[in-house]
Amino acid sequence: MTTYLAKRLIQGVIVLILVSMVCFAMFRFTGDPVVMLAGKDATYEEREQIRVAYGLDRPVYAQYFSFLKGAMQGDFGRSYVSQIDALDTILERFPATFELAVTAMCISFVLGVGLGVIVSISPNGVISRMIMAGSLVGISIPTFLIGILLVMFFSVYLNIMPSFGRGDTVQIGFWRTGLLTLSGWQHILLPALTLSGYQLAVLIRLTRAGMRETLSEEYIKTAWAKGLSPAKVILKHALRNVMIPVVTIAGLSFGELIAFSIVTETIFQWPGMGNLLLTSIFETDQPIIVTYIMLAAFIILSINILVDLLYALLNPRIRYD
Amino acid sequence: MTSEKGLMRKIIASKRMQSFLRDPSGIVGGIILFAFFFAALFAPYLAPTDPYDLTTVDLANFLLEPSWMDQGVSAFPLGTDDQGRGILSTILYGLRTSLIVSVSVVTISSIVGIILGMLGAYYGGILDAFIMRTADTVFSFSTTLLAVLLLGVFESRGLFTVIIAICIADWVKYARTIRGSVLEIKEFPYVTAARSSGAGDFRILFRHILPNALPPIFVLMAVDMAVVIMLEATLSFLGVGVPLTEPSLGMMIAIGKNYIYAGMWWMVVFPGITLIGMVVGINLFADWLREELNPKL
Repeated sequence: MTTYLAKRLIQGVIVLILVSMVCFAMFRFTGDPVVMLAGKDATYEEREQIRVAYGLDRPVYAQYFSFLKGAMQGDFGRSYVSQIDALDTILERFPATFELAVTAMCISFVLGVGLGVIVSISPNGVISRMIMAGSLVGISIPTFLIGILLVMFFSVYLNIMPSFGRGDTVQIGFWRTGLLTLSGWQHILLPALTLSGYQLAVLIRLTRAGMRETLSEEYIKTAWAKGLSPAKVILKHALRNVMIPVVTIAGLSFGELIAFSIVTETIFQWPGMGNLLLTSIFETDQPIIVTYIMLAAFIILSINILVDLLYALLNPRIRYD
Repeated sequence: MTSEKGLMRKIIASKRMQSFLRDPSGIVGGIILFAFFFAALFAPYLAPTDPYDLTTVDLANFLLEPSWMDQGVSAFPLGTDDQGRGILSTILYGLRTSLIVSVSVVTISSIVGIILGMLGAYYGGILDAFIMRTADTVFSFSTTLLAVLLLGVFESRGLFTVIIAICIADWVKYARTIRGSVLEIKEFPYVTAARSSGAGDFRILFRHILPNALPPIFVLMAVDMAVVIMLEATLSFLGVGVPLTEPSLGMMIAIGKNYIYAGMWWMVVFPGITLIGMVVGINLFADWLREELNPKL
């Protein structure tokens, strides 16, 4: 187990280094950073001064190592636009994105697994057929369209839900939360539903498939024969085994969740990291883009390793040696 | 022998055809798919106006309602957008963009993925490890995130750039799928027999292994078409996809989004319905194909 973990960690570090190389190459070779830093109207002397001041006159490998050194100390440079530290700018937006993603995950997990169980209990019932048809539509609507349709219905037509921003927030230490106010909850509902949409449909289908397979196993028949209550058979005996692939897929699709949070945040003007990334892309604010990529890579790799460990924890038969 | 073989083929084909005709989801999906390809192919003849010909677009026609409503004009059956372009015509031209991008991406990334996955599985070793670790990394980033980031970094914008960016993120699925099949197939006795009869690696890979590894790939290609259509729409919606000069369903919805608070729903709803219809059609067709080929996906 320890060897496996060590191997995964080393792999993760190698991937992060490769990502950092790609980021550096992009940082260095797309557009001239000197022009970015000095402004378009700078004279030749001013540009040379900037070049020396930022170390851009040194050989490429030396520049890469100082970039890497900075990155390891959390120094990714300053935003070209605001001149504020890039990592600070992004981390300030982190709580908003985190709260949105976690709320969305909770919605898709509870609803997805719940509906999947209902469908597997009576596969041919009217409700089950409606749920399955709904899940087909769910995987056929792109996230951005779900968001806009929700806004059109709840915010414009019914006018009962706010359609942009986070509402009132409370600052606790470095963390600015929207989950402690009523207005915060009202504001997070539509974006979270939007973000959960895709995963919800996938989880329903996955749970259904797993339950169908598990419910025909011998040990389930034994459980029924013992006279256990349906709730105990389904929830305790069957669902537990179905959860293993469900958790894995949910964890591995975390990259997708981050991607769709960019879309969701754009629609709802949610002040998170994704929204910031898109603005930075349009402003070619490279330090912010690079920091975002490195942070996303770090989060995704960590989650993948965590999911692997969780996998072993949930299923004692799996041992990574 | 040849005539017998031909006859067998015919029977298989007719059986497949019969199952296609019996399965309602297959036939509905097939019809939807055919209708969209037809509409895209003949867009210049079907569209009432050419939304990208500046001499025929009149700004005075901006924000018109669909023709059956009070303010509607019969020349624009589904209304117009803020530039005076007909929604119906723009949708027809936008379909072309969707289908060009998705067909190109599916073709290119399936070929690249198949070749890399097959070589990795067949030769193993460092080559395999390198290809699969790269694939794992790309996969964990997810196609959507990687495409957004690549397009954010690329300097030029255009149809070609969008296709390339999606391909870089998309080949992984094919490589993973084909790798699994090839690992299994290469141990089969008939492959050993082919090798002992002196067939070269190239011949074994392409003549003996590949044909048997293809069925799951066909299903994947069908599903992937729908995924890529949604991805292109998403990218264009975000503003990192096709440039403003190209028609795109995603961009239409992005423009329409600015007007939903004014109650002008048609700029979002019609392109939206088109997008959903196309994806549902492809997914239904893919479901049928999966049942038919029954690969272990």
